[in-house]
Amino acid sequence: MESIEQIRDRLLAQFPRAQLAVVANPGPAAQHGLLLDHEHAAAIARFLRDDPALRLDQCSNVTGIDWPEKEIVETTKSTVPDPAGGPAKVVETKTKRLQPGCLEVVYHLYSVTHGHGPVILRLRTGNRTDAVAVPSLTPVWRACEFQEREVFDLFGVTFTGHPDLRRILMWDGFKDFPMRKDYVEPDDYEWEPTPHGAVLEKAKVHYPAPAPAAPAPTAVPPPPAG
Amino acid sequence: MNPELLGSPGGANVRAVHDAFHGDLLEVSMGPHHPSTHGVFRMIVTLDGERIVKLKPVFGYLHRNHEKLGETVSYLASMPYTDRLDYLSAMTNNWAYAIAVEKLAGQPVPERAEYVRVILAELTRLLNHTCLAGFLMQDCGCSGTPLMYAFREREKILDLFESLSGSRMMCNYQRFGGCRVDPTPAWVDATRTLVGNYGAFLDEFEALLTGNEIIMARTQGVGVLSSALAINAGVTGPMLRATGVASDLRKSDAYGVYPRFQFRVPLGAHGDVYDRYMVRVLEMRESIKILEQALAGLPGGPIMDPKAKLRGFRPKAGEAYGRIEGPKGEIGFYLVSDGSPNPLRYRVRPPSFINLTVLEDMCLGQTVADAVIILGSVDIVLGEVDR
Repeated sequence: MESIEQIRDRLLAQFPRAQLAVVANPGPAAQHGLLLDHEHAAAIARFLRDDPALRLDQCSNVTGIDWPEKEIVETTKSTVPDPAGGPAKVVETKTKRLQPGCLEVVYHLYSVTHGHGPVILRLRTGNRTDAVAVPSLTPVWRACEFQEREVFDLFGVTFTGHPDLRRILMWDGFKDFPMRKDYVEPDDYEWEPTPHGAVLEKAKVHYPAPAPAAPAPTAVPPPPAG
Repeated sequence: MNPELLGSPGGANVRAVHDAFHGDLLEVSMGPHHPSTHGVFRMIVTLDGERIVKLKPVFGYLHRNHEKLGETVSYLASMPYTDRLDYLSAMTNNWAYAIAVEKLAGQPVPERAEYVRVILAELTRLLNHTCLAGFLMQDCGCSGTPLMYAFREREKILDLFESLSGSRMMCNYQRFGGCRVDPTPAWVDATRTLVGNYGAFLDEFEALLTGNEIIMARTQGVGVLSSALAINAGVTGPMLRATGVASDLRKSDAYGVYPRFQFRVPLGAHGDVYDRYMVRVLEMRESIKILEQALAGLPGGPIMDPKAKLRGFRPKAGEAYGRIEGPKGEIGFYLVSDGSPNPLRYRVRPPSFINLTVLEDMCLGQTVADAVIILGSVDIVLGEVDR
């Protein structure tokens, strides 16, 4: 199979205005990814699926990754000459930089026809709060239908163009996104609203309140004779 | 019936069908406690008479956020949790996870361990497919007999797993760079005996089922899946091969020592329930061949790579996706490491969850009783579907 750089170059020849970047994987697996822009994602996916040399007809795995914003401390060293004429001093200055967070969706593509893969596509959201939409690839591969719903459910990524975007594993009334790194599970996690209270209230009609109990006998009755 | 009541997302669709047939549509909620759903799975089925016009699966009754759990513990501590995914095939889950971590860390595996892994994976395939055939027949309505025959054989394989790993189903056997315990010669002999007898059991099982007129009438032409849709929808395993697509990761990925063994990949022609049953039966015959070759060629040597690091295991930053051909399809693990002892991201690619994508397509136009056997032929385990 072609290397990820060759695939990128071919894609750039086909889609000259697309913004593509190779995401290198430093580990021994060396499965490198290709970061797509939102505008051309669906067209590129369709091209990869239908291209006779690649024919990535199977989207095997779709998943999300949460990258929270991170504070990066950079240390720079500079030498300051001593005005008194002594040896120069080395001064360390620390600068803090805030790396913005995002949500990432990862697609692992394989070819059943040619038996090669994986080609890894990546889509990133603008941030983790209000720009969480990425284009859906379900129109290209049906395999994404439930998996994108899962990413929506657990990470909170919105897929534009998904035919049926609902929660899938958590229940419909659930508010948060459990797979995010900053998710805090509630204390009363086990509590669920049940209709029991309302039902018991209604049932009082059929079971009138018991009559007030008779006053307790004050004296101990004498033991039976005999 | 008021069409407004028929569920929201496909409401317009349902209404169109309603107008076309002037009949009353009925919405039935099958499950989550229905015995034919193999656990706590639910289907919201819309019926026109007895025909299914819409089917929406509902998941999550067994959801415990397995993936989040994997991020909070070390790499090795996730290994016993993978047993609980597809609890019929713990050995293949273990192997898929071990392969993903070995890819992530660049960890080699000794030859003896590779052979033992193949033996255990093929035993798991026998176990899984035998049980599936039993459950499928149960779903068809032949209650009891085939399932009990299947469970008798399953118990013999589970006895082997228990004597090797200490547990029948929750084996926790694979490690990164090998296996936990070395099989004794007595264990290998016992496995050889079981494999030698399995063909006779399959003959008996098939004499009961394969040519059975009622089963053929009940399953042929039911739940047909086209090969184009199967590939596009990410369907893998016996379900994909039943549609006639020659795709087997043991051949295409050639992981482990599979390239050393002679075996064929059975394919179906129609993609119906009967083909899915038949492909599994034929796969079991091929598994027996693989087992015979692996047991004959089992080399000596260490079962664990002596340089493998069990405690304080910290793979370098990077990511890896590892996958194997499990009994239900492609089971994969996607791991992202940032150099710490816990994975930054731990993802399971569950085959039976993704195979359910096409459930509605296979069930449309069929009857409710057919939906039961179509679901049975997908071969789901809810521990894996809901995670």
